[in-house]
Amino acid sequence: MNSTLLVNIFRFILLLAIQIIIFNNMNFLGYISPFPYILFIILYPVNGNKSGLVAASFLLGIIMDLFSNSGGTHATACLVLAYFRPSIFKFAFGLSYEYQTIKLNDVLTPQRFSFILLSVVIHHFTLFLLEAFQLSYILDTLLTTLLSTVFTIIICIIIIYLIKPNKR
Amino acid sequence: MQQIFNFIFKNSNRILFLLLLGISLSLTIQSHSFHRSKIISSANFLSGGVYEKVNNLNEYLNLKTQNDALALENAKLKSLLFNSEDTTAVRKLDSLKGVKLEDIIVSKVIHNSYNVYENYLTLNSGELQGVKTDMGVVNSLGIIGIIENTSPKYATVISILNKRTQINAKIKKSNHFGSLNWNGKSTGFVQLTDLPRLALIKIGDTIVTGGQSVIFPENINIGTIAKIYRDTQTNFYTLDIKLFNDMTNLGHVYIIKSKDRDEITNLEKREKDE
Repeated sequence: MNSTLLVNIFRFILLLAIQIIIFNNMNFLGYISPFPYILFIILYPVNGNKSGLVAASFLLGIIMDLFSNSGGTHATACLVLAYFRPSIFKFAFGLSYEYQTIKLNDVLTPQRFSFILLSVVIHHFTLFLLEAFQLSYILDTLLTTLLSTVFTIIICIIIIYLIKPNKR
Repeated sequence: MQQIFNFIFKNSNRILFLLLLGISLSLTIQSHSFHRSKIISSANFLSGGVYEKVNNLNEYLNLKTQNDALALENAKLKSLLFNSEDTTAVRKLDSLKGVKLEDIIVSKVIHNSYNVYENYLTLNSGELQGVKTDMGVVNSLGIIGIIENTSPKYATVISILNKRTQINAKIKKSNHFGSLNWNGKSTGFVQLTDLPRLALIKIGDTIVTGGQSVIFPENINIGTIAKIYRDTQTNFYTLDIKLFNDMTNLGHVYIIKSKDRDEITNLEKREKDE
């Protein structure tokens, strides 16, 4: 048992609890709700076990589905985000990201911001697409994705700043 | 054999992803098909229990509006009581004609969603209280939905704000009926489709549940006509109905047991078999 694992388990439970108790009840303008629970997937260590992340994301999503009666939509969206996370890293930080020491919960640079933005967009688009489950709702889906993305990113950045370890 | 193992080890991440993706997608697709027993639903002890705790807290914040609603309902009931001619007459529960008091289960909404296309409520009574699938759920203002899943202590309700809901409804004054669905746009309005063009309607008319439904008794309030769309292609109206209920703010609800339901469905089944 090392501390990274413990931190991740703690983060998993805490983010889920906050999401279910507070953010699921936030319906800004009736239909925009933020999903900051995906911070778990975003903040997962860069060089951590990939299969572990995929399995944990599935568990995270299925618990969200349990609480919001949404079948498997959250699970699918989380899985897609977890699987494509290395590609997003490559896109945002350049090819050699694995050898750099990337710390996401630090000062917001353009690279970090683009990584969070891309992750949130991918997750939300998959989620709302599966939730509507009809191509005739595509415009509504895109609009909800856009608005919810803005909302989620604002809350994610606030949370990152709040839990930033200030060692230096 | 060695190569197969090598392949599996090399692509373990991808295989895990595809496997889990398959599971979650099948759960998603299953949740969008109409008749099914839902595996992932909030009628279980974990989410039901958590929601009950959260709701206990939320109730304190909503006490004022709930009190106002109860006071209003009390005033209405009192006016009925004082104005009734004979208090020994048959007991009635407000406007629910043909429903005896024994057939009503009083319950409480502990979780309510209204921001997606398929909305569900969770109630804090279940099989132990006699709640079964396909019972109607109403409150003092009008209809709310239909019981979908039950566990011993909790039940989920498919809300009228759900793309999959279809409820038989009619114009109160003329008996022309249509079916009630929701287009996913606004929480205050639902749509009545397939209403014949022969019906004389105007904005402000009241819509109630129809007699064809075996789930709801006849003449339970739904809402008033807010907008009329005339389709030139077909002989039917589509109406926007403004709900009497504020679906974003629900407290106590009544679950209606329908005794005739089994009899009617059995009869219709026998009719088809012959």
